[in-house]
Amino acid sequence: MPNLEHPAYPAADLLRLEVLVPCRESQVSTLLSIFGERQQFSFPSIFIYGHTSSGKTYVMKTLLTTLQLPHVFVNCVEYFTSRLLLEEILIQLQSCSSGAKHTSPVHCDTLNDFVRLFKQAVASQELQDQTLYIVLDRAEQLREMEANILPAFLRLQELTDRNVTVILLSEIVWELFRPNIGCFEPFTMYFPDYSIGHLQKILSQNHPPEYSADFYAAYINILLGVFYMVCRDLKELRHLAALNFAKYCEPVVRGEANERDTRKLWKNIEPHLKKAMQTVYLREISSSQWERLQQDGGEPGQLKGLSAHTHMELPYYSKFLLIAAYLASYNPVRTDKRFFLKHHGKIRKTNFMKKHEKTSNHLLGPKPFPLDRLLAILYSIVDNRVAPTANIFSQITSLVTLQLLSMVGQNDQLDGPRYKCTVSLDFIRAIARTVNFDIIKYLYDFL
Amino acid sequence: MFPAPDFRCTSNDSEDTELRFVTCQSLWNQIKSETEQIQENLNKQLLENLVSFLSRSHSDFQEKTTEWTFKMKFREIPTAALVLGVNVTDHDLTFRGLSDVLQDNITPYVAMLEAKDCPGIKNLMQKLMGQLMNCDLDVDSLEDEDCVQVSQNRVRCSMPSLISWYDSVTKKTDSETPSKKRNSSSRHWQSPPVVVVFKDMESFTTKVLQDFIVISSQHIHELPLVLIFGIATSPMIIHRLLPHSVSSLLCIELFQSISCKEHLSTIIDKLLLTSQFPFKLGEKVLQVLINIFLYHDFSVQNFIKGFQLCIVEHFYSQPLSVLCCHLVDIKKRVYSLSHDQCENIRRLPSFRRYVEKQESGKQIELLTNDSFLKVETKKLLEDLHVYHENYVRILRCLHVFTSSLPKYPLGKQIRELHCACLENRVWETEEYESSLQLARMLNKTDLVTMLQQCVEILMSSSGKEFDRAVEKLKEFLTQFQNLEGGLCSPENNCLPCSLMHHFFLKTLLELKESRRSKKLTKFEMLRFEVVDYIDSLVRRYLVPADERTLHEVVYFNGAAVLRGHLNAAPRTALHTALNNPHWYLKNQALRCDGGGISNKAPDICIVYKLHLECGRLINLVDWLEAFSTVVMAAEEPNDAASSDQVDDVIHARFIRAVSELELLGFIKPSKQKTDHVARLTWGGC
Repeated sequence: MPNLEHPAYPAADLLRLEVLVPCRESQVSTLLSIFGERQQFSFPSIFIYGHTSSGKTYVMKTLLTTLQLPHVFVNCVEYFTSRLLLEEILIQLQSCSSGAKHTSPVHCDTLNDFVRLFKQAVASQELQDQTLYIVLDRAEQLREMEANILPAFLRLQELTDRNVTVILLSEIVWELFRPNIGCFEPFTMYFPDYSIGHLQKILSQNHPPEYSADFYAAYINILLGVFYMVCRDLKELRHLAALNFAKYCEPVVRGEANERDTRKLWKNIEPHLKKAMQTVYLREISSSQWERLQQDGGEPGQLKGLSAHTHMELPYYSKFLLIAAYLASYNPVRTDKRFFLKHHGKIRKTNFMKKHEKTSNHLLGPKPFPLDRLLAILYSIVDNRVAPTANIFSQITSLVTLQLLSMVGQNDQLDGPRYKCTVSLDFIRAIARTVNFDIIKYLYDFL
Repeated sequence: MFPAPDFRCTSNDSEDTELRFVTCQSLWNQIKSETEQIQENLNKQLLENLVSFLSRSHSDFQEKTTEWTFKMKFREIPTAALVLGVNVTDHDLTFRGLSDVLQDNITPYVAMLEAKDCPGIKNLMQKLMGQLMNCDLDVDSLEDEDCVQVSQNRVRCSMPSLISWYDSVTKKTDSETPSKKRNSSSRHWQSPPVVVVFKDMESFTTKVLQDFIVISSQHIHELPLVLIFGIATSPMIIHRLLPHSVSSLLCIELFQSISCKEHLSTIIDKLLLTSQFPFKLGEKVLQVLINIFLYHDFSVQNFIKGFQLCIVEHFYSQPLSVLCCHLVDIKKRVYSLSHDQCENIRRLPSFRRYVEKQESGKQIELLTNDSFLKVETKKLLEDLHVYHENYVRILRCLHVFTSSLPKYPLGKQIRELHCACLENRVWETEEYESSLQLARMLNKTDLVTMLQQCVEILMSSSGKEFDRAVEKLKEFLTQFQNLEGGLCSPENNCLPCSLMHHFFLKTLLELKESRRSKKLTKFEMLRFEVVDYIDSLVRRYLVPADERTLHEVVYFNGAAVLRGHLNAAPRTALHTALNNPHWYLKNQALRCDGGGISNKAPDICIVYKLHLECGRLINLVDWLEAFSTVVMAAEEPNDAASSDQVDDVIHARFIRAVSELELLGFIKPSKQKTDHVARLTWGGC
């Protein structure tokens, strides 16, 4: 019972296509009806959007290749300037028309050139009586190119007066594309996320040859049970499935359980998968390290993940500079007197603060401060005298390059640079502990 | 690099300037190669790990396995996260070493990218392709260099062109006859990986990195790419810079270089605590260098640069530094000293002290007879040399003891101990006293291992100096062995080091005091003997260097010069120049007393001094008024017309001075009030 039916294409091809694109039959049949027959003019531009890994690229690619429709497939991230993009389209066009490997270098700087060269390329051969499809993957990048690129692609059919359809693939909705000046509205189409049933079906499709499909499907079921909550990315799930399958098979290989002993197998794999979720999935340890661990039968605890290495060694004054920057970022300016002058008197917090200061500064995030305030705080928190040497100033700059501080307002670098401290409270407390400085006592929020 | 002309220009060559220059250069070259060697050894482990990672990373690229897991798995880009520490200035050397090792062992295709060259993905691709295709140039024969050059200009900066380039070069090396191959290419595989190094990961913008990773992950099947992230802070930065969707394209493994403090310790150990090099650093100088390292930059390169400056400065400023040479050359050099140089020796404070101690007949000989002086000098210098050798050995022995005491009264690192010993007589300090007291409480096993270490250190010396000491220590060891009841009971009041750390020094000492009255056991007696013996060695050998005669020849003590060069204070210098122009201009007329403003001073100084008295906002009219008052002060106020009307010339001078101040960054125009400028510095008010 083939779901896909279209008089223009041979039934065998359609059947093959249907097997290749599970759970996307309705979208494909819609597309087919828009495409019409090979020689018919189709809609000038189609905009397809949907979440990450909802099969946009894959479906388009399979559809076009299986039915052998002439097409050009370009990723807009990869061809990051309009020139590269247009030239790449022309190059692919040459190779798909002549079929030969030979491609002569193309020069195409503007869209005007593109239209002219495009007409030449299409006119030269049999492409004339077929619709040509130009697929632009990651089309959101087009917005960053020259303003005329996107509108021109949308009405390329009209501009070139050739049988061409432009298909844009993107993860964001059309509303975010629409230019201010208006443009030709493409036919928009949504690819919904795969449901858990879909994922199960798709993942189970490629079972390893050594094991039966049912066995693998049971494994996928367990895998989805663990990972579905955090990850719906098909690519990632497939990767995880491949990584952990060896572990799942272990009892079977050792002969402790047979393939139908699902409960035993589940008991074996479940804690393992949970561990994988905390390590491999987050890229705390790499997948090759994970595989090696599996082979050695070691515990993943031996390998420290990336985030375990938070410790950072800093020169003595850099630590104080960072502490001073933190204090300057999170304390209101008026409180400096209270913290850093000897005879500040008693100031009660409740009377002292203004209304907006009652919210925690840590919730509001770091505030910018001028260089002089940073130095003034530094001088008062370091015990011995600090000379304002060139080294101190260069340390501030290196803290900026290390992204521990960030500079605010790049234009005023000489006159009065302003900085923000970007480190977290935990980090600064660890730093302060190494120099025996009780930072909590100096923070207004913790008074 | 060296101020060579200055070395030579000092009149006639009576002070051996030529020879000093040559000595200085050869010494520096020795030290330089030594430091490079050290660096190489330290990085060895890291580089080996990296190389094995790289060779593993694309092993499947060649095999082209058809296994199921391989097909199903997502192809991640192998990535090495290289944590190098915050001493960014040292990274260059590591990266250079890395690139050499990679090109020798793994792949000729290594590209190093810096954030400042890659503000956008376009620049990154250009840089990357430029570097990769250039390294191709030396594979190609020279005659087609021109056509490569031409094609490179036309080449499109995109991944496909990179891939086609890669295909062509790998194919070419395949088809080449072995004789034409570069000799190193035999060690590379057929399809060597392309290594892209991001030298300073932190400075790259998120977008560039993300785009590059996304692009290259799409072509990982055609181009075996490996990324290396140079990280200065912590590996967390990867997660901060890259969202999960991008970091999931990577297969990240972590590599850590040794910490810069360890590196410094090794450098100090190999350069300073050795008799290999005749040149030595004085206590103050060493302290300056170490302080700059610990307080400011953590940069070993800067430390070595500072050391180099010390060498140059020493040989430049000290005429007698010609004698700062290896033991074998001393005789020749001493005997060829000129009369002037002999006088220089007689002027040395340490030599004068020495002369005063001699009997009168010898004193006269030393002060008048040059050849007698030379014989004596040679002897003294040889003594100094022997002193160094012994000093280092005993220092290491003492360090064995002090480094395991609780709270480290004499410092944990040997450099701290070294500084303490150079500064003054270490046995007169309080810290030393408390160290000895703690050492008298060590337990037997610790004491025995320490003694064994000391024996090893002393045995390694070539001279016969320590034969007796070694014998003595060995004797102690056998005595310990012979002691009955090897286990120590609480009565022995000894604690293992590890336990001692938990006690406070004071409680320990009190504990000891309370046991004083009891009769000492055999073990305790022996322990006292050992500590006393170590103490005697220290008193004998660890005499501070500046008590030795002729120490000025080999010790560099110009700490102030060094500080001025390495730890400059631009703000202070600027303030001095503007506030007290006499300091730099040396003009008597400018000498001002008690903060007054002289009208002879340059206009900018007057304006600067006046502005110090103002608040954050300065009224320009008032300022001009004050300026003209100061300038006119010397002239007779006879000109009635100019009293309320400021002279145009003075006005112009004022405007010029103010704009100079603005250029220097002291003030800036303010929008808050008309005719006002804002001060950018604080202080004076």
